[in-house]
Amino acid sequence: MIAAFTITPSFYLILAAILFSIGAVGLLVRRNVIVMFMCVELMLNAVNLTFVSFAKALNDVGGQVLVFFTLVVAAAEVAVGLGIIVAIFRRRRDATADDLRTLEG
Amino acid sequence: MNPHVDFHAFAPEIVLTVTIVAVLIADLFTDDSKLPARIAALGVLGSLVPVLTLAVDGQTRSLFGGAFVVDPFSLVLTGFFLVAGYVTLLLSFDYIGEGDYYQGEFYVLLLTSLLGMIVISSARDLISIFVALETITIPTFVLAGWRKHDTKSNEASLKYFLIGVLSSAVMLYGMSLVFGLANSTVLVDIHKYASGHTPALFAVAVFLTLVGFAFKVSAVPFHFWAPDTYEGAPTPVTAFLSVASKAGGFVALLTIVRLGFFPSGNSWQPILWVLAAASMTLGNLAALRQTNIVRMLAYSSIAQGGFILVPLAVAGDVRGNAAWQAVVIYILIYGAMNLGAFAAVIAAARRTRSAEISRLAGFGRTNPAIAVMFSVFLFSLAGIPPLAGWFAKFVMFRAVFDANTTVAVVLGVIAAVNSVIAFFYYSGVVRRLWFDEPAAGVELSSPRLPVGLSAAMGLMTAVILVVGVYPQFFARLGEIAFQRG
Repeated sequence: MIAAFTITPSFYLILAAILFSIGAVGLLVRRNVIVMFMCVELMLNAVNLTFVSFAKALNDVGGQVLVFFTLVVAAAEVAVGLGIIVAIFRRRRDATADDLRTLEG
Repeated sequence: MNPHVDFHAFAPEIVLTVTIVAVLIADLFTDDSKLPARIAALGVLGSLVPVLTLAVDGQTRSLFGGAFVVDPFSLVLTGFFLVAGYVTLLLSFDYIGEGDYYQGEFYVLLLTSLLGMIVISSARDLISIFVALETITIPTFVLAGWRKHDTKSNEASLKYFLIGVLSSAVMLYGMSLVFGLANSTVLVDIHKYASGHTPALFAVAVFLTLVGFAFKVSAVPFHFWAPDTYEGAPTPVTAFLSVASKAGGFVALLTIVRLGFFPSGNSWQPILWVLAAASMTLGNLAALRQTNIVRMLAYSSIAQGGFILVPLAVAGDVRGNAAWQAVVIYILIYGAMNLGAFAAVIAAARRTRSAEISRLAGFGRTNPAIAVMFSVFLFSLAGIPPLAGWFAKFVMFRAVFDANTTVAVVLGVIAAVNSVIAFFYYSGVVRRLWFDEPAAGVELSSPRLPVGLSAAMGLMTAVILVVGVYPQFFARLGEIAFQRG
């Protein structure tokens, strides 16, 4: 039974799509800035998983190289994002997106 | 194997990178606050030199397996970005110098963002486009929150950041699917793949990629961050965001559609059509009821973004390069007039100490020089001849008529109606400047304008008048951009 069940690249792609959706929904639903931030990371990692599984399926190492670019960009975003959150924490004690309504679009 | 690297091809990028390092070091070792600013300005002008030598050389150079191409298109836009960056520096000198925040970092971040822009005009591969786009965006998150003790600036920065990373993630997910289907990230290969029969997943991938770009260029319905961020950020940064950073997004969008997705017209044309129509209409309607001049210009820039999307949306039915030329010409003219408008806002705010439109009443009597230039920028944005804005609108409508399909004509009609709506709010500000009585208790006199600000306004006025009267100048640039090198 178990032996007949082979894991194909599409399993990873579907997993990545699910992770991406969880991240996207979380970003839209959650109000805590730090959690929103983690949701973005989840989305970026879903992208990495997609790149790696395509690279494996296509037998193209290029896709795995692209992951490094994504990781570097994500790290830069984390550094800047945490900096902004710290700047806001210094002025107020909490960090929920709902409190930030001085500017009303 | 020792790969041959053509250093001349990316000399502008090298000069700018060296400048960034020099500004950082100068800021570290001197107390002279003017020095970093001077180095930054010199470096930006210095980067224009290799752009000129490459233009004289006129050869198309392709590097890194076709991921980085220097052709007339990239040179025209690199030149545009460097000039726009220089004008932003002119706007910033005194604004930044008068605050009590660190200055060196401001210039470093601004130049880093500028570096991303000049890379993006040469990028011809999904990943180099993505990395360049992030190089543009990440420093601007910090710049938007640069007044870090100001709640508004914090909020502007956080909103911009969350939307920015969300859009990057969505775009990158789209790109990863494109890579999986086309088995390459180089646009030339994607073009080949899109010419054949493509599965439905390709349309999904294109959709996600374009949604990411829609956030970057603040197209409706992905625009809601723009007015808040523009209002909260320091005004020179807002000018930079609304012109250079937005143009960066449009350049990447143009490159990716023209060289990558083009053959698969059904997947991208409807999306761009909807984005263009929605941006023009909602941007203009929202601008009508703004009382703050920066927010009004924010919505106006969303609407102008819609006008830039019009030729892109009909490009599939236009023979030759007319649609692409229209986009490039519109970007160049939009850059001049929007930078000018923000320069005038900064100049006016130095006198009125406010961004409320009502406080501008009677400004024309007390400060005629600023008011004249302000009116020139606003009328140009409205598209009134003989100011440059009319030519931008003209090339846009010409692309629509060249396409000559039902959907294109409907879009053209929407654009025409919107040009009329836009006239109302631009002329409303001009009316206040000249015909209203100054409000009681508003002190409009103040020390002289800084040289940099006056120079920026004068330069932009000159460009708008020259191009308005002699549009062949920018039309020729548009033609050159799409010549085979």
